[in-house]
Amino acid sequence: MRKFKIHAAASLLVGALVILSGYAALFIAPEERTMGLIQRIFYMHLPAWISMFTAFTVAVVANIAYLRSRRLKWDWLGVASVEVGIVCGTIGLITGPIWAHPVWGVWWTWDARLTTTFILWLLYISYLLLRHLVDSPERRAQLSAVYGIFAYLDVPLVYVSNRLWRTTHPQPVFFGGANSGIDPTMSKVASLCIYAFLGVMILVLVQRYTVERLSHEIEDLRVQLDSRDSDQSVAPRYSSEGRAR
Amino acid sequence: MSDARAALIILAKELRLELRTRELVGATIVFALVVVVLFNFAFDPTASEARRFGPGLLWIAFLFAGSLLLNPSFARENQNDTLDALRLAPVSPFAIVAGKMLANFLFMSLVEFVLIPVFSVLYNVSLLSVVGRLILVVALGTAGLVVTGTVFSAISAHARMRELLLPLLLLPLLAPLLIASVEATASLMQDPSALDRTWVTFLAGFDIVFLTASWLLSGFLVEE
Repeated sequence: MRKFKIHAAASLLVGALVILSGYAALFIAPEERTMGLIQRIFYMHLPAWISMFTAFTVAVVANIAYLRSRRLKWDWLGVASVEVGIVCGTIGLITGPIWAHPVWGVWWTWDARLTTTFILWLLYISYLLLRHLVDSPERRAQLSAVYGIFAYLDVPLVYVSNRLWRTTHPQPVFFGGANSGIDPTMSKVASLCIYAFLGVMILVLVQRYTVERLSHEIEDLRVQLDSRDSDQSVAPRYSSEGRAR
Repeated sequence: MSDARAALIILAKELRLELRTRELVGATIVFALVVVVLFNFAFDPTASEARRFGPGLLWIAFLFAGSLLLNPSFARENQNDTLDALRLAPVSPFAIVAGKMLANFLFMSLVEFVLIPVFSVLYNVSLLSVVGRLILVVALGTAGLVVTGTVFSAISAHARMRELLLPLLLLPLLAPLLIASVEATASLMQDPSALDRTWVTFLAGFDIVFLTASWLLSGFLVEE
């Protein structure tokens, strides 16, 4: 009951944050001088990427924790955060081109940040595929944890290699100090949107974790039930024999 | 028994297996040749274009060939449950993985040893003057490929549809390796050729990062 209350309160808080940040992004933030209205998609784009990186960082921490402790709850946390991270990444991958097309004139460009996140997104989809294709829960947890760590190690390498290769993504101007050329209201609205998005991400993550835990419990119960059924299927044979006698 | 000796024994076992069956390296060479030939039909490059696209073609062929060649590395231990026998051996898990990495490195080197001269002849790209530096770049790139590939081969050996799974796990991870190897090879094929040290350093860094990771995590790959 107490858990439920905390959850309800957190949901209400995040819901209020989402409404507030949506209003702020659309009406309070000033219009960007050259990009105009389309720039407002930024208030969804940046929070989505930040949430994705947060989720994948949680995932790699869970992967390491699983390998150290062998407790399945870390595996549930790992898969939950990877799935949520992929959803956030997909939002970022969709909002990015919508913004880029009118501003850069192209839908996509192979720049360091875009490429890094795209590769990261692909790597974690492979992580889910791997889990789907390994049957035993313990082995699945162990192998996917090793793969998750390798995938996360690849992120800085992809970034550096693309950085050396070529890059056109706008330099980060937000939170870049007083002279970064950004209206202070814009920065505030962006922070608000980041908190709102992170809040939603964490709520969904907790839900997904619970689903994973429950499905594991159901699996356990089913195994128990099966073993009990097989005991019973033996028992009536003896009783019928007893009657015949 | 020291780990190095154990790894060498595993290496000898892998080589003996390959010498007796002769199924892996030959088939991979043919596959890589097919890729190189098909590339000609897909792009119909002139001599200068071949110089420009050549490094990319070579490395794509190596990566695809590698993801095929590495697949049986652990999967064929499943057939007769020989991985259990390896586990029983009183050696560290990394010795087993390292022995297989060494064997795969030799197999891939053989494939490349055949493929690079053929490429050079078919596309009129002279590589004789840079052969020493080319070996360095190819060795560093191949090391990265076999280190990650052998680890993922141990992972995918336990999965269904492993032939499809291994490239899916491996190829996205190798994106930085592909960029670095192609750029380093391209710097050698330029006229005049000058080895790009940045990319060589990057390749060495890639190898070190993943070799360390597989050393730390090898226990989880081999154990039951």
